[in-house]
Amino acid sequence: MINNDNDTTDLHLGMAEEVSRFTEAWRIFNKNRLALWGLVIFTVFFLVAVSGLVLTVGDNPVLDPAKVRLSEKLLPPVSPVDTEMVKPEDRPFAGIYLLGTDDLGRDVLARMMQGAWVSLTVGFVAVGIAVLIGIIMGGLAGYYGNVRINFMQLLAMAAFFTSMVFLISGQKEMAINFMTASALFVSFSIVYYFVSVKGSGDPGAMRFFFFDTVSVDSLIMRFVDIMLCFPSFFLILTVVAILPASIYNIMIVIGLTGWMGTTRFVRAEFLSLREQDFVSAARAMGIRDMSIIFRHMIPNAIAPVLVSATIGIAGAILTEAGLSFLGFGVPPPHATWGNILSDGKRFLFDAPWLTYIPGLSILVVVLAFNLFGEGLRDALNPRLRKR
Amino acid sequence: MSNSEAILKIKDLKVYFDTDAGVVKSVDGVDLEIKKGTTLGLVGESGCGKSVTCLSIPRLIESPPGRIAGGEIIYKGKNLLELSEKDMQGIRGNDISMIFQEPMTSLNPVFTIGDQIQEVIMLHQHKTSAEARELTLRILKKVGIPSPEIRIDDYPHQMSGGMKQRVIIAMALSCSPDLLIADEPTTALDVTIQVQILDLMRSLQDELGMSILLVTHDLGVVASMASHVAIMYASKIVEYGPVEQIFSNPGHPYTLGLFTSIPVVGRGKRDLYVIPGNVPDPLAFPRGCKFWPRCVFAEDICRSQEPFLENIGEGHTAACHFRGKIDKHLWKEKTNTGSFLNISR
Repeated sequence: MINNDNDTTDLHLGMAEEVSRFTEAWRIFNKNRLALWGLVIFTVFFLVAVSGLVLTVGDNPVLDPAKVRLSEKLLPPVSPVDTEMVKPEDRPFAGIYLLGTDDLGRDVLARMMQGAWVSLTVGFVAVGIAVLIGIIMGGLAGYYGNVRINFMQLLAMAAFFTSMVFLISGQKEMAINFMTASALFVSFSIVYYFVSVKGSGDPGAMRFFFFDTVSVDSLIMRFVDIMLCFPSFFLILTVVAILPASIYNIMIVIGLTGWMGTTRFVRAEFLSLREQDFVSAARAMGIRDMSIIFRHMIPNAIAPVLVSATIGIAGAILTEAGLSFLGFGVPPPHATWGNILSDGKRFLFDAPWLTYIPGLSILVVVLAFNLFGEGLRDALNPRLRKR
Repeated sequence: MSNSEAILKIKDLKVYFDTDAGVVKSVDGVDLEIKKGTTLGLVGESGCGKSVTCLSIPRLIESPPGRIAGGEIIYKGKNLLELSEKDMQGIRGNDISMIFQEPMTSLNPVFTIGDQIQEVIMLHQHKTSAEARELTLRILKKVGIPSPEIRIDDYPHQMSGGMKQRVIIAMALSCSPDLLIADEPTTALDVTIQVQILDLMRSLQDELGMSILLVTHDLGVVASMASHVAIMYASKIVEYGPVEQIFSNPGHPYTLGLFTSIPVVGRGKRDLYVIPGNVPDPLAFPRGCKFWPRCVFAEDICRSQEPFLENIGEGHTAACHFRGKIDKHLWKEKTNTGSFLNISR
């Protein structure tokens, strides 16, 4: 090429930029001391939670969170086990109660570690559900926002969701009725499509039922607004009071009430991305819509979602601890930080470690996630990068 | 050339946009024809409807607000407007490809260029990824990317603008389309790179035998690339013909104005000619000929009746009430542009 020189210089400039792209984000993150500590605590928490899962399961676990030793109750942290009163197989790991015991003589260290795993899974699964819903809803609103929904489709959708509500509340008959209605509306729509759009026949009076109502964008975003109106903790409390208590229900409920922020982020990103030339170019190359959304747009929109997810995990851990504290969380024999705290409050003056240990753990972990998330946001924000 | 078949025929195409302020008629009755293996240059001011015409051929008009309100786009005997969306996706990229104006933003920043080209090849030609990579390497070499084995794994930000435009051309040509729509492919590039890219497009056209619809507002580019030219003004074609005819004997006052407003090096100092007035508001086009408020020849008939494209030479049409009566000499007198520009190729 004639102009090869020019291209090579550009190429080197490009290379220099490429090396700095990741390192630059890391450098900004690295400069933020608090975020770095957040990352360190996050890593420690992760390791503790995983070892908590591994060490507390089985018939004869290394750390037994459920072993009751009434002679050893309310011992302060770092108390050695009384070898005369406790049988060898009942003794805690290394013969010492590192974080003391509770009112039933259970090892608080073992209970905290079991609870860490609960907090971790609740945080990640709940936020995973929220992010998944958020990406799908936000993607639909951002990419298909202009599409208008006609009356029949709106009816079909309303019937479908009503039937879901009946299904969850256990009224199978009503659920089936509404599902049939929904299927009927859908088939009506398909017939209409083939009559009026494919074959150019006149739909006649049928047209009345197919007037455009709202756009996909307003439908989804107004639904988001409605969801945001509920004080979500009380919504969760209500739902949890109806549903049987189990860790999975808690995860799902927290996830189902936490997707609105992600939806807004993803929609905003999609609105700007869909105007980008590379999306038009992809469409001009005949690439399918789904492929454009999932392969081309979502990787470009993921950075703010990642940040809000990190902060969301902190929120989910806090919500779970709050629910457990109120007794609506994970059912009792299983330890969580919230119910350790709740059990401990009765002995606030006799055994303050029962309150301080889980309380401080929650504080530190939630703070760490928030700081880490904020550091991540600063590092991934292109406006803060030096040009 | 005249007896070879037309690969694309646009008949009376109308593209309207429904806005809050009213219906914007961006393309209002455009007829075009591109013959096999030739290049048609589409020239006009910003906002005259060139890009909308381009986007409506592979049906990429965002709808709503846009809609194709009428007309036919006949590609190889099929009316594209009647195809299903699925069939249309098979045509996009495979039969009809498009190059966009901005090479900087036309590639996805999170994927390597190799991935992006392979995706198109795998989609349309049902190749395995190894075969697609092989083809990608070959096409990258063809568009003049040095050491394609290394550059195939580069991300777009590692390349310069000219290189990116080559990659975009490679992507557009990866499935050897029969028609390439190039929407101002060189506008964002500097002049030396422009020449390279145009040379590249020309040589690839000779090699692959494809037709090109070249949108530009650079008449120099048209002169060097196109065999036919269509001049567009306010949603309509105002002059159409073989490039030699239009350049030697423009038949519409707007075309004359365009040619006169090209600066020429070495013609002495003088103010650059500008066509008076502005592009009309697409919501309120003037009655009659849409060009009359800016036209030096305008008379009463122009204000009341809209002229249609009619022959003024062999294959040369113009939409002006005075077609055939105005020429360079009359133009010179009327506009006081002493030195009419040398615009022959």
